[in-house]
Amino acid sequence: MVAVPASRATTPRRPRLGVVKFASCDGCQLTLLDLEDDLLAIADRVDIVEFAEATSNRSSGPFDILFVEGSISTPEQAVDIVRLRAATSTLVTIGACATSGGIQALRNWADHDAVRSLVYPDPEYVESLATATPVADHVAVDAELRGCPISPDQLREFVTATLARRRPNLPDEAVCAECKRRNVVCVAVAEGVTCLGPVTRSGCGALCPAYGRGCYGCFGPRESANGEGLATWLGRDRDAADIARSFALFNAWSPPFRRVIDAAGGPPGPIDGRSIKEPADA
Amino acid sequence: MHDTVIAPGGTDLDVDVRNLTRVEGEGSLHLRVREGAVESARLEIFEAPRYFERLVVSRSMDEVIDIVARICGICPVAYQMTAVHAAEAAFGIEVDPATVALRRLLYCGEWIESHALHIYLLHLPDLLGYPSALDLAQHDRATVEGGLRLKRAGNAIVARIGGRAIHPVSVRVGGFSRVIRRDEIRSLRADLVDALDLAEATIELVAGLRPPTFRREARLVALRDAATYPMNHGRIVSNDGLDIPATAWETMFEERQVAWSHALQATGRDGQPYLLGPSSRVTLDGDLLHPRAVAALERLDLGDRIADEPNWSIAARAIELVHAVAEAIDIIDAYEQPARAIVPWTPRAGVASWATEAPRGMLFQRFALDDEGRVQTARIVPPTSQNQAAIEADLALFAPTILDRPRDEITHLLEQLIRSYDPCISCATHFLDVRVEDLS
Repeated sequence: MVAVPASRATTPRRPRLGVVKFASCDGCQLTLLDLEDDLLAIADRVDIVEFAEATSNRSSGPFDILFVEGSISTPEQAVDIVRLRAATSTLVTIGACATSGGIQALRNWADHDAVRSLVYPDPEYVESLATATPVADHVAVDAELRGCPISPDQLREFVTATLARRRPNLPDEAVCAECKRRNVVCVAVAEGVTCLGPVTRSGCGALCPAYGRGCYGCFGPRESANGEGLATWLGRDRDAADIARSFALFNAWSPPFRRVIDAAGGPPGPIDGRSIKEPADA
Repeated sequence: MHDTVIAPGGTDLDVDVRNLTRVEGEGSLHLRVREGAVESARLEIFEAPRYFERLVVSRSMDEVIDIVARICGICPVAYQMTAVHAAEAAFGIEVDPATVALRRLLYCGEWIESHALHIYLLHLPDLLGYPSALDLAQHDRATVEGGLRLKRAGNAIVARIGGRAIHPVSVRVGGFSRVIRRDEIRSLRADLVDALDLAEATIELVAGLRPPTFRREARLVALRDAATYPMNHGRIVSNDGLDIPATAWETMFEERQVAWSHALQATGRDGQPYLLGPSSRVTLDGDLLHPRAVAALERLDLGDRIADEPNWSIAARAIELVHAVAEAIDIIDAYEQPARAIVPWTPRAGVASWATEAPRGMLFQRFALDDEGRVQTARIVPPTSQNQAAIEADLALFAPTILDRPRDEITHLLEQLIRSYDPCISCATHFLDVRVEDLS
């Protein structure tokens, strides 16, 4: 296949693209590399000036577009994000960690020192903040891509639209709408399983219902999500702790999910951080 | 902590690479040499800690499968497989043969995706002198496109069985969340046949490489199974005679915290480092490789270089690519759609522990479970936190041999050596930020 790189001479200056991460699993930035078929085509049209996982070329800015993965969870990160914001035109948070804090935001309910000492024998060597918070709590964010991980299709749409200078088509609707379009039988109604589809933003293609299980809310709350309404409905035959644990996952700290968790008595687990003895068979 | 190695010339040198590139996650390299002797060689892991061992407490094992996947976006299947096997062993669940086949196929998919990523996007640019695969593509687009196609074939397996390539959703205790149909599995075949050619071509590519020379004898550890190349299960074996059940990990190995890392480092209980991963597996389990991979290994004819030269790990990864693609095709051809997706089971109290072979090496997990099967305590030992001490030991041995080179070259060679182990720093930080011990 003959591929002709976009000529530098005949196009306007190529946008400078950066990818950075904070507390996260690397899965969302990996989604950029997972665009396999389109990755090289995108690389022809932008200058990827910072993307530590993919290139040894480094830059601290300026960036036309900066994709930010991960939540802010150390003192250093809280300083870095302010510097990066100042160096960036369009700052885009990618994934549940950056947009709502991620699974690690469960520690926001806990006694941080107790949590830290549960994992590390010498917690004084571990620098971390008591909270893991979304990027938008620290700086202004221009756009967000939801999901744990983000959807490759939405990422492709966002990059394409941005390069074409049009508004990206990222619908804000419930997962339920995708289920209906895909002709997936409603697992909540047919099988009675807990499904967060009614309050969760679409983008995954109704993945979990299509695979026979309830939605667990990876894409976080849709606009004006009625979490309390769903919790009331679930509460017909579930206790509060079960409801809390269903919402207390990858977008637990998003306000609509957080309100449900708080009303149900908090996330599962020893949130007072009480120490747990190792079992005798260890 | 390492034997002191004296380099000629009485050199003083400090190498600090604050943010290693083309590794997964955030780490730094620190090397301190005084009068030609390496005082310290450290792989500093500074990803922000995320405290997964705490996050799984009070959760059911099905919830654990969803949560531990988020430790690593590159190898979520490894975390899910280890947890699901641990749970099924603890609850006494015998899964259906189709589940066994699908789990192995899923793991093949992750190995293909992860190894293709490392070979083509992270490691090969080093060995060919480019800062990234994107720069390499400016000069040799076909090679990079081939690598990306291989990666796509691996991702397609994970996405078909698990719903998506990263953080798949279908793995459940007792089986899968729904029946995976034969036609879905068969539809993967054509791309895998293409991928097998690409994997064989990778062998030819690797045969032409000349990585920097660095020989040492390392303690190599991997799982070993009676009949199959190790992925989902096996006993823990080593090249110095270790042979124990995987559940006995804690009797032979231990984790300790070091001041410069957010990852707990693992060593043998004798304090000695050990190395996991493709080079260890090919060395200890080479006789169990798929015939296509055995043939590829013979063609490469590297002798003991895979065991003794970490910079040749790319060959071990390429061999495993051939293996994983060839085995995936075999599994697809033999796949019989099951009558049910999941076998019924009931939780009980006990200890759920297991080890599997993640792309980067053995991953151990252990959960103490209450009567309802919910987690009371957890231990998660990723391959990179086990490899960290071995990587540092190798850095301390390698550095003195290159101290006569220009500083930039020293730095580059050390970085390249680190990349050759494919460290996954996101994994290793149970939870990762680089702390530098005060050296003044």
